Amino acid sequence: MTLLSTRGLSKHFDGLKAVTDVDFDLEEGEVRALIGPNGAGKTTLVGMICGRIPPSSGSVQFDGADITALPAHKRILRGMAYTFQITSVFARLPAAENVALAARRRLQGDAVEAAVDDALSRVGLRDRRDEEAGNLSYGHQRLLEIAMGLVQRPRLLILDEPTQGLADSEIDAFKALIRELSAETTILLIEHNMSVVMETADRVTVLNFGEVLAEGTPQEIHENDAVQAAYLGTG
Amino acid sequence: MELGPYILLASLEGAVTAAVLALTAVGLSLVFGVMRVVNIAHGEFFMLGAVIAWFVAQTVGGHPALGFVAALVIAPLVVGVIAAAADMTILKRIDYDPERTIVATIGLLYIIQQLTLMTYGPEARPVEAPFNQRLALPWFEWGEEGFEFYFPWGLSTTTYKLAVIGAAGVVLVGVWLMMARTRIGLLMRATQADRDMALAFGIPVERVYALVFGIGAALAALAAVLIVPIQQAHYLMGADPLLLSFIVVIIGGLGSLPGTVVAAIFIGLSDGIISVFFSPTLAKILATLLVGLVLVFRPQGLFGTRSS
Amino acid sequence: MSATAKSLILHLGLLAVLFALQFVLPAYHHGNLARIMVLASYAVGYNILFGYTGLLSLGHALFFAAGMYGMGLTIQHAGFTPAPALIVGILAGAVVAAGLALLALRTTGVAFLIVTLMFAQAGYLTILYFGEYTRGDEGFVIQAFDRMLWGIDLSNPENRYFAAWGLFAVCLLICLRLVRSPFGKTLVAIRENEERVRMLGYNTFAHKLGAMVISGTISAAAGAFYGLLFGYAGASFAGVQYSIFPLLWVLLGGAGTVLGPFVGTLFMFYLIDLSSGITTAYLLIVGVALVLLTLFAPQGLTGELRRRVWGWLP
Repeated sequence: MTLLSTRGLSKHFDGLKAVTDVDFDLEEGEVRALIGPNGAGKTTLVGMICGRIPPSSGSVQFDGADITALPAHKRILRGMAYTFQITSVFARLPAAENVALAARRRLQGDAVEAAVDDALSRVGLRDRRDEEAGNLSYGHQRLLEIAMGLVQRPRLLILDEPTQGLADSEIDAFKALIRELSAETTILLIEHNMSVVMETADRVTVLNFGEVLAEGTPQEIHENDAVQAAYLGTG
Repeated sequence: MELGPYILLASLEGAVTAAVLALTAVGLSLVFGVMRVVNIAHGEFFMLGAVIAWFVAQTVGGHPALGFVAALVIAPLVVGVIAAAADMTILKRIDYDPERTIVATIGLLYIIQQLTLMTYGPEARPVEAPFNQRLALPWFEWGEEGFEFYFPWGLSTTTYKLAVIGAAGVVLVGVWLMMARTRIGLLMRATQADRDMALAFGIPVERVYALVFGIGAALAALAAVLIVPIQQAHYLMGADPLLLSFIVVIIGGLGSLPGTVVAAIFIGLSDGIISVFFSPTLAKILATLLVGLVLVFRPQGLFGTRSS
Repeated sequence: MSATAKSLILHLGLLAVLFALQFVLPAYHHGNLARIMVLASYAVGYNILFGYTGLLSLGHALFFAAGMYGMGLTIQHAGFTPAPALIVGILAGAVVAAGLALLALRTTGVAFLIVTLMFAQAGYLTILYFGEYTRGDEGFVIQAFDRMLWGIDLSNPENRYFAAWGLFAVCLLICLRLVRSPFGKTLVAIRENEERVRMLGYNTFAHKLGAMVISGTISAAAGAFYGLLFGYAGASFAGVQYSIFPLLWVLLGGAGTVLGPFVGTLFMFYLIDLSSGITTAYLLIVGVALVLLTLFAPQGLTGELRRRVWGWLP
């Protein structure tokens, strides 16, 4: 079943075409990587999908309904979760409260605590639950972001460059986490790190100059000449 | 007096208001534009200018023109220095955080106002104008015998009021020249455009800020010196210029100098003419509501264009 | 002992002490404390918007005055008794707060502050404009015989103290309950990072609207009680100074703490009271306090206490 699809999605900023005419389909249960050179429009495209950026034209369908006109918070309630590219945790609140804020959208009372502890355990931050988020290391803050995403039990988890700035050991743990999560949710992953893409994604979409350049399995993308020229060659 | 001449008179009075208001508001706008902070104490710098003008005029004595000219130089200088000092001791320390700056300048407002009350006292005191000839104005009409003109009783202005309008115009051109043509203006514009970039290029941003804050306050003080022969100096006189400057700066588009001047002329003139038809309280109610609604629905100002 | 238990003991303890003080305080301080508790209730209302939601308003005098005049005008001109008049005042505050919120919440930061300031100023001028009914700056006295609430004479100091204590207790407990609720915790998160809260699926506009209505309603209740207990309504309570006072009290006591508003109001009241022996320019003290707080103690007294000693303070 198709969980998410866009048709003719475009965004122009003062005549600058950030995203042009993107038709994009995501099957339920898939792990999809979205790659492309800097400025290719990845974050803009995802922003339009989750409602942070209003599109100039085109439509977004989620779970069989047209959500183009819905504000961001209603899209989230329909089962999307979005983690920010720039770490955006609540720095002055405890780690547990960060996750609890995300959990309280669907749970109440004691169930919140249980879900929070579960989410923190899965990313390995259980023993740091009472620390202020701002005092956590950068890598831990990225993990906290992911915990905030997965505690929502989303149907679609959107991760915007989750491994940026992580150490190699942390990246390995992250890959394992994604493989584990892929059993229970659909994942859209904006990613620069090719090893993460190759090892976790079922399919890859390549964006270049705001347009879809290619789409296929990691292997196909790896062997695609146009992608090599546009992206991998310069990467 | 008939309506026609009455409106001419109201417009002339309005033009004086507009001239003084333009100077005061450009000071506020400059500070907001370059430093991105709102100075609530701006009206008190205006008041301080008027009060210092009175002190200077008292001290100098002799022909009124001597004291006035001295005040014209000394009051803006002193006020500018006080403001720059406040910038360096207070605003710089809170890193120009917009909301904390507002709280701090509210504090500054009370400090300046109450210290003035304690030293200068609660009286309103005049400063004599350097010159003040009365000019009767003619009014034209198509009468029974064709075109005729006469001097309606009460339709007059003074040389001093015309001079205020002229002086404000000269100062405004001066400010524009400073911003557009001088090195310091270039530094200010660079700081306004991008503070971090300016820092990276070695512009002494902190000194630029202190200077801008000083110049902004000095403009308010200068406006006050110009108006004090017409209006008298009083420790509570800062409230109205602050409110009107706010209105002007917001309607003109925050931080835009040309917009500010256009809005000052618009508000100054309409203030004179509106008060012919409405009670001053009602006019003020409408003006404050207008400002609120402009900020809500057209934050770029009535004359500005939207920029992202 | 858990943080919840500690905080409950602390706040109920404060209320118990305030209740007991009425039997021991000399008349002068007895009267002061009644006034402080009503003003502190106003500050508690202000703190919900400023301290917990992070929205700096310079227009709360509009809500305070809506309560005061909603109560006073209905007694004065419509012949209401105090109980329905208080309800009118409180409802007036809620309606005005909702109306202003719908406009002002379309803006953020400094613009929000100026919009609230402008509308409050328009409200103040409107009170002056309808001087025929409101008696403008001069204000009007609510006679003692109009201040009988359920047979209790509120012009009597003992009853007045008890009513002020009751109002403060209700406001404090509402605030305590609010900040422990999911709604209150979401408000704090909005203060910290609104965009992130939105992307967790919360309607942040609705939350801020709710915060402003609760804040305005509490402020209006304080205004209505102030007018009724002290028998006077005047335009100065709608002026910009009465918007700045709760900001000052909350900053001094500690924004975003439940106790802060009371601590700040108490300190500032006695600071001004003591200094009035030295100078009539008490606003100078206000000014100096504002500058020093911004510079050296942005967390306020209770905030510093929480940071250094009692981490569990709500």
